[in-house]
Amino acid sequence: MVEESGGGAAAASTVPPFTREQELTAFRDMLLIRRFEEKAGQLYGMGVIGGFCHLYIGQEAVVVGVKMAARNGDQFTTSYRDHGHMLASGMEPRRVMAELAGKRGGYSKGKGGSMHMFSREANFYGGHGIVGAPAPIGAGVAFANAYRGDGRVSLTFFGEGASNQGQVYEAFNMAALWKLPVVFIVENNRYAMGTEISRASAQIDFSKRGAAFAIPGKQIDGMDVRIVKATADEAIEWCRAGKGPYLIEAQTYRYRGHSMSDPAKYRSKEEVQKMREEHDPIEQVRARLIADGVSEDELKKIDANARKIVAEAADFATADKEPDPSELWTDVLA
Amino acid sequence: MTVNVLMPALSPTMEQGKLAKWLKSEGDSVKAGDVIAEIETDKATMEVEAVDEGVLARILVPGGTENVAVNTPIAVIAEEGEEVADTADHAPADRVGEEDKAQKQAEAAPPVPGQTAPQDEPGEANKAATKAAVEAATPAPKATSVAEQPSPRVAPEVPEGTTMVSMTMREALRDAMAEEMRRDPSVFVIGEEVAEYQGAYKVTQGLLQEFGARRVVDTPITEYGFAGVGVGAAFAGLRPIVEFMTFNFSMQAIDHIVNSAAKTLYMSGGQINCPIVFRGPNGAAARVAAQHSQDYSAWYSQVPGLIVIAPSNASDAKGLLKAAIRNDNPVVFLENEILYGKTSEVPALEDFVLPIGKARIARPGKDVTLVSFSIGMTYALQAAEQLAKEGIDAEVIDLRTLRPMDAATIIESVKKTGRCVAVEEGWPQCGISAEIAMRVQQEAFDYLDAPVLRVTGKDTPMPYAANLEKLALPSVADVVAAAKAVMYR
Repeated sequence: MVEESGGGAAAASTVPPFTREQELTAFRDMLLIRRFEEKAGQLYGMGVIGGFCHLYIGQEAVVVGVKMAARNGDQFTTSYRDHGHMLASGMEPRRVMAELAGKRGGYSKGKGGSMHMFSREANFYGGHGIVGAPAPIGAGVAFANAYRGDGRVSLTFFGEGASNQGQVYEAFNMAALWKLPVVFIVENNRYAMGTEISRASAQIDFSKRGAAFAIPGKQIDGMDVRIVKATADEAIEWCRAGKGPYLIEAQTYRYRGHSMSDPAKYRSKEEVQKMREEHDPIEQVRARLIADGVSEDELKKIDANARKIVAEAADFATADKEPDPSELWTDVLA
Repeated sequence: MTVNVLMPALSPTMEQGKLAKWLKSEGDSVKAGDVIAEIETDKATMEVEAVDEGVLARILVPGGTENVAVNTPIAVIAEEGEEVADTADHAPADRVGEEDKAQKQAEAAPPVPGQTAPQDEPGEANKAATKAAVEAATPAPKATSVAEQPSPRVAPEVPEGTTMVSMTMREALRDAMAEEMRRDPSVFVIGEEVAEYQGAYKVTQGLLQEFGARRVVDTPITEYGFAGVGVGAAFAGLRPIVEFMTFNFSMQAIDHIVNSAAKTLYMSGGQINCPIVFRGPNGAAARVAAQHSQDYSAWYSQVPGLIVIAPSNASDAKGLLKAAIRNDNPVVFLENEILYGKTSEVPALEDFVLPIGKARIARPGKDVTLVSFSIGMTYALQAAEQLAKEGIDAEVIDLRTLRPMDAATIIESVKKTGRCVAVEEGWPQCGISAEIAMRVQQEAFDYLDAPVLRVTGKDTPMPYAANLEKLALPSVADVVAAAKAVMYR
């Protein structure tokens, strides 16, 4: 469990407080992702979404916390558990949902699907189906930032499972060697598909995985959006100051299976239940907002609004047409 | 007893080189391990060590001599006090004593990373500066050097009357990169040994001196990683030229070439293109055996989203590499180590860019169509010469681009000749020549007077032994035999 591993995380010193405005932003953005993913799960069950579909439920604080620390123009790159990253990047929920449904109004015209989505406009560089791939690609985006000297930072996410791939360390080495402005964020949700971290990783403190390249690393409670934001602030500042890459291990948890077809026999229902009850990233913010005097009604309104956006996205995705058959042959070459 | 010191080979493909200078004089005592001379090619410089103890009795090839063939006796070492017969007739006497000017320049102007090399006229344009830098770093190979391949017909794209200059494919590739880097600041070169070392095969020679370390980037040995970094930079709008020391090592990186570079435009619905060139020597060199001799033409040609180019001569190499760098798609640019040192004519045009996807008729003929590319053209063109002596007029097509393949030019030719032989060094199964045979039977079946034949590398890993390696590769005789077979002669 999160609280058992790495004293560095849960036992982190004082948590930097959010303003009420920040709490509300975090609440709104995380809730939108949660509702979106719940809807995606439903649509998958109805056959509207096909193939592989990996939900982000439980991990929302990671991408939202990083996004709150990022500046306009900073780029996001991740692997295939990517819907949350797209919404956090400001991509339109209806076009993301249409892509999940393989419809022409999707970000990739229906040709990419859940795992392969991009938005040049939103500086979202995928959406990659090969789990370790974001590390060198994100380092490459950072290479372009350094080449141009434009002060942008590449925010590169991958899972703790991908952290065992060789290309991740090839990317770490070059990023450190050339002082590239890239924050590597390991989203440690404890299970690489069905393999628990201690069965796959000789070193389960993933914040130490950059130590051989002198990349500073920090292991944090990725269920607390304030901690994620504060750590991302430090990391991004480090990068923008030209000091090179920074590694964050955000300890998190996914409530759903690895993909929609996962029976989740590798962990107990009690374990999942305990995480939901005691560490849910959204509930933590809700409790603080209530304590701060925000009314239940106001929070319900935020929830209702998220549900409305998601329902509209689902309607759009369902009603939208499949791509024209001629699209089979487009976008092969520029 | 006297011992001849022979001109050594610096690399498996070296045929001749320059004896730069002697570090010992006639009459000096030497012992095993003493450095007695320096030799260099357009690729590298190396010290020659004595392997025997004795006296350097005779220097047969003076310092500064160009084009000394490998294994030529260059000196004689005798035992102390021994009389040495006059063996000076070994020496190429007509090239004596010329202290090479370029060599002196090279010593005077060592490469300075990140800076343009010093030049005499500071007011000169950028271009002149590079030329100076490059000349300083490399003695230009003389036109008389390597055995030429049968001179290919000038590309049809070159206007009549264009002045031509002789250069090696190595120089043509370097010039193409340099010109495009001057033209577009988003173009940069990245790979192993491309900068300080000047390129493992010296293709990037002089680029660091002109463009600096920001744009000519040495990487660790990390193909998967730097291919991915290149792809990310290309997604973000730069135009990387990624050099693989050889394409054999691209197998480490093939995931990023195929999954990331080739597919992302499609997967993003046309939003994210990947303007990147993956280039380097491909296929067999000489005596480097199975893991360093593979031909990837067919592998990359199978992938939609990639452009694959494989030039056979300096002119096509220059015009097509420039086109590849400007192209908005990922391009796999397959060079060949043995062709690097071959000299041919390149048009002296300000901006010579060739169209991608167009084959070239290298030799017009009417009796049989020979189709090839890259080093396969060497066999095809020589075979055509031999066939001509036997009264068979072969048309030779150089594909130049493998994907998209210019099938129309092949089909048009086969409609005329009715016979076709495809030639490549790659393996037969699912090879480029298999594809050619398929397209010809599909689109020109009624015109064929014989089945399409192919001459390929043998269906084995590449052996090391010299005789076996020769057997594993196609030969001119194989092509001649295949051409005669389809002629029923």
